[in-house]
Amino acid sequence: MGGHLNVNHLIFLGQGALWTIGLSLIALAGGGIVGFVIALARISPLRSIRLVSAAYVQLVQGTPLLVILFLGYFGLAAVGIRTSSLVAAGVSLTIYVAAYLGEIWRGSIESVPKPQWEAAEGLALSRTQRMMKVILPQAIRIATPPTVGFMVQIIKNTSLASVVGFVELMRSGQIVNNSLFEPFAIYAIIAVVYFALCYPLSLLSQKLERRMGRGRVNLAPA
Amino acid sequence: MGIQLDFPAVLERWPSFLGGAVLTLELAFLATVLGATLGTLAAVGRGTRHRLISGACKAYVEAIRNTPLLVQLFLVYFGLASIGLKFSAFSVAVAALTINVGAYTAEIMRAGFEAIPRGQIEAAEGLALSYFQVYWHVILLPAVERVYPALTSQFVLLMLASSVCSQISAEELTAAANYIQSDTYRAFETYIIVAVLYVVLSLVMRAGFWGLGLLLFPRRRRLGTPL
Repeated sequence: MGGHLNVNHLIFLGQGALWTIGLSLIALAGGGIVGFVIALARISPLRSIRLVSAAYVQLVQGTPLLVILFLGYFGLAAVGIRTSSLVAAGVSLTIYVAAYLGEIWRGSIESVPKPQWEAAEGLALSRTQRMMKVILPQAIRIATPPTVGFMVQIIKNTSLASVVGFVELMRSGQIVNNSLFEPFAIYAIIAVVYFALCYPLSLLSQKLERRMGRGRVNLAPA
Repeated sequence: MGIQLDFPAVLERWPSFLGGAVLTLELAFLATVLGATLGTLAAVGRGTRHRLISGACKAYVEAIRNTPLLVQLFLVYFGLASIGLKFSAFSVAVAALTINVGAYTAEIMRAGFEAIPRGQIEAAEGLALSYFQVYWHVILLPAVERVYPALTSQFVLLMLASSVCSQISAEELTAAANYIQSDTYRAFETYIIVAVLYVVLSLVMRAGFWGLGLLLFPRRRRLGTPL
């Protein structure tokens, strides 16, 4: 077969790793924007908006990302939009990430103590002012550790984009493996690269969580 | 250009969909039972004073939680095959999912163990309960009771993640879908049906865990909340 792992293979894997980072950022940005809208919609004063957004979250959280990716890939084609696998993967990951980030952020917004809302209302701030000036600045502090933690999930989940033919880290590993057939070594390298990308974020998330937890009562019901 | 959806053409393959759904549940059930056991052991191991054991358990949890399931699956499936160990795709899928969910369970159970007040353990020792009685009645069961909601969501996520096993051609719902869509050329319809089936499966699992929780934890049933 194709000989041994050489520098060119490693460069190819490196490019794949860069695409993994790129796709993760796309998913984070897209999912973040849509997720923010979802979070606000989940606590909207309008019942219909709450219901629709809740249904969206339930549907997406009840469907595997792999199936969402296939739906995005074949669905965009079915409506006649010719796209690259990057667009299909980006759209699918955005849909997926938005549902989870939306829920995380809704929880963060709702865990801002009630008197803060009431005080803001008492100061005659409008709903938008209350949100932007009082609630969100506090909610962002609460939301940071779980959001960083979820970024680990995003990076890992981009590996599924390989099934729609997007050449990120996982797919580049498969391609290299097809020419060398040394699955143990190659997938071990891939795993190490993913670990190197994810572990710092995991540690950061834990550190932020500990910092938040200090001086606060344990969240678990006692 | 409009979309033309033809569901009947795909729906007539319902026995394949149903068979896939059953296999997915089977896969999820096996991995949940085995993974819960493995994860609890890892959580116990991580709490011991033995440096080597707790270090190994920590390494296991961090290694699994920071790499994608797809990579773990390929590493086990193709890795084992390349050194001459051949297993069926289904058994590799069960093994990989068990190892995967075990790490998440370990993290959740650790939180459960840490939430047990020292005083309760001391009180139980003061009442002359044996070591295993203390462990079972005062530590393990109350810990599970506390983290039960987190555990069950993790197991539902595992069922959804098991779709990845279609990539090593283990037979389950997504693999059945891949087969049906390549046969009927109706990809979009096929995956819509599969998505609906997964939503149904996750609702069924949630309902099942809710009922099981009521059965297992009378305090939860009486109070509506754990403890």
